[in-house]
Amino acid sequence: MSPVSTASSRVIYDALKACGIRLMSALPETWLVHLIRLAEEDPEMILVRLAKEEEGVGISAGAHLAGVKSAMLMQNHGLLASINGIVSCAQLYRIPLLMLVSYRGEFGERDPWQTEGGGVTEDILRALRIPFVMLEQPDHVAQRIADAQTLALASNKPAALLLRRSLMVEE
Amino acid sequence: MKRLDALNAVYPRLQDRIVVTIMGAVAAELQSIGHKPNFFYLQHAMGLASSMGLGIALSRPDREVIVLDGDGSVLMNLGGLTTLARYRPKNLVHVVFDNESLLSVGGFPTATSTGSDIAGIAAAAGVPRTITVRTIETFTRALDEAIAARDLSLIVAKVEAVGPSAFVTDLGLLENRFQFQRYLAP
Repeated sequence: MSPVSTASSRVIYDALKACGIRLMSALPETWLVHLIRLAEEDPEMILVRLAKEEEGVGISAGAHLAGVKSAMLMQNHGLLASINGIVSCAQLYRIPLLMLVSYRGEFGERDPWQTEGGGVTEDILRALRIPFVMLEQPDHVAQRIADAQTLALASNKPAALLLRRSLMVEE
Repeated sequence: MKRLDALNAVYPRLQDRIVVTIMGAVAAELQSIGHKPNFFYLQHAMGLASSMGLGIALSRPDREVIVLDGDGSVLMNLGGLTTLARYRPKNLVHVVFDNESLLSVGGFPTATSTGSDIAGIAAAAGVPRTITVRTIETFTRALDEAIAARDLSLIVAKVEAVGPSAFVTDLGLLENRFQFQRYLAP
């Protein structure tokens, strides 16, 4: 298995910290392990490990209403598992969500079980009218995360960042 | 025990605390007793009221949070009980009104009607304090003890499968949401 980039994970984590993120919900997945470890080692960060990604929508909604900035780390299959929460909690109640979604199942994917979700991820986001942008290389990570958070907070709606193979995996 | 009577009995404990309810009868009945800016009613997204409560409790450890949940909703997010137990917020009391049915959609029986025990599931998930109560007196005492314990507690209140005649109230969803946020994070 190709190693997950610790350097890119650090760049993403630092960008989230720069945005004032104080709470992060996560469900472990291979590409996210370093990010989750960075959150766990950071005494300033509240890390909530989930049983299922949809819980993260409720946790972020609660955090937002309580005045705490949060982010959600999930795989794209976790996005699929969260759809009702996104629609019936976040969108119904105009809750901003900053969603970092690892984009599995794209070109270059070697795991057969990841390939189906990759093909529907962008269409699902469009159907949900969730604006999204790719994180592909380290040099634009900080700006794009900051811009996504700005839009989410201004619109009181979810915004998504798709974490691509080129950023997350050292081949 | 009727849920409305149970809510009336504990209303003085709810007044000054952060309260998150599920949709349907619980929300309508609590509003019929008296809405407060510190009450939030999650009128959809079944299962996520306890997750919202966890998000608030972790974000504001200085405030006491009471989640008013139901059997149908809890059964949709049983994994959430393990997350609650894992982070064990000392400032959260999770009340589950268990009428053994999905009342607001026609009264279909849930699995608690055939023996599934939510307090038992929660205890096995690691929730440190759990109890099942069947009377107003034991419910009120259980809530007082849970608040005094300052530890994560789950109270299953067995209630009759009866509710209000209507579930839609004149409190707009977004009105409630922004009022609640302004109260919590001015």
